[in-house]
Amino acid sequence: MRSIASLLCGFVFGWGLFISGMIRPEKVLGFLDILAIPSGDWDPSLAVVMAAALIVTGAGYALARRRVPVFEPDNQWPTQTLIDRPLIAGAGLFGIGWGLVGLCPGPALENLASLSPGIAVFVVAMAAGTLAHDFWYARRVGPEAASLAQAATDG
Amino acid sequence: MTNFTPVSAAIGGGLIGLSAVLLMLLNGRIAGITGVFAGLIDPISNDRTWRATFIAGLILAPLSATLIGYNIPIPKMPASWVTIAVAGLLVGFGTRLSNGCTSGHGICGIARFSPRSIIATGVFMSAAIVVVAVTRHVIGG
Repeated sequence: MRSIASLLCGFVFGWGLFISGMIRPEKVLGFLDILAIPSGDWDPSLAVVMAAALIVTGAGYALARRRVPVFEPDNQWPTQTLIDRPLIAGAGLFGIGWGLVGLCPGPALENLASLSPGIAVFVVAMAAGTLAHDFWYARRVGPEAASLAQAATDG
Repeated sequence: MTNFTPVSAAIGGGLIGLSAVLLMLLNGRIAGITGVFAGLIDPISNDRTWRATFIAGLILAPLSATLIGYNIPIPKMPASWVTIAVAGLLVGFGTRLSNGCTSGHGICGIARFSPRSIIATGVFMSAAIVVVAVTRHVIGG
C-alpha cells in the first residue's frame, strides 16, 4: 500500500512541476536571471511556486505532526540541526550545477519522460555524483554510520 | 514580466505542497527528491520499492498529460555535453553532501522552519543566481 501511496504522491508532485512550468529548465533559468529585472524579462514564477508549496506544506505538516502516518508506524522527521560545512559546501555545489543547466533533481528525473538525450546524460551524471558522494562518505565514516546518516537525511 | 505565469505557478506549487503533505500523512516521509533518489540507487539501501514508485509517478505525470492533449515539453539544454555532465555531477554530489535539494530543503525543510534548510536554500539560490548572471551576462549574451 505504501508503494501505491508514494506512486500517487510522485504523480501529484510531477503534475505540480508540469503545470507550474518548473519542469522546463529554461523557465527556472528565467527566474534565476535577476539581471533581467530591469529589462522586464525576469520571470518570478518560481517564487510563486515556492510560496504556494510552502503554505500548503506548512499547514499540512502542522496536521501531520499530531498523527501517525497511515501506512507506517512513525513519521520520519529529519533530525539534523547543525549548520555545518558540508551543508554550505553541498548547497553551493548544487547551486552551481543548478545555475548551469536549470535542472534540480525532481525536474531532471521527470524530464526522462521526454526521452531527451541531454536529460539522460544529466541524470546519469547526477546518479554518478550521488554515488561518488556516498562511497566517499562511507569510506570516511564507515558503512554503519553512513547508513544511519542516510536515514536522517533532510530530503 | 511577459514570462510571468502566476496562476499556473500557484496551482502547480499547491500540488507540490499537497504531494509533500500526503507523503508525510500516508508514509511518514519527507518528499525530498535527493533522498528518494539516493535511497533508490545507493547499494546500501534496503528500502527501494516506495522510492521507485514515487519516481515512476513523477515520470508518469507528463505522460498522462499527453492523454488530455498536452505535449511533453522538450527541455532546452546547453549545447555542450561537458556542461551537462559537469552540472549533473555537481547537482548529484552537492545535493547529497547538503542532504537535500529544492524539494527537501526549499519546500519540506522551510515548511518545518528548519534553520539548516533555510540556510541551504539561501546558499543554493545565491550560487545559481551568480552562475546565471555570469553565463548569461558576462560570458555570453
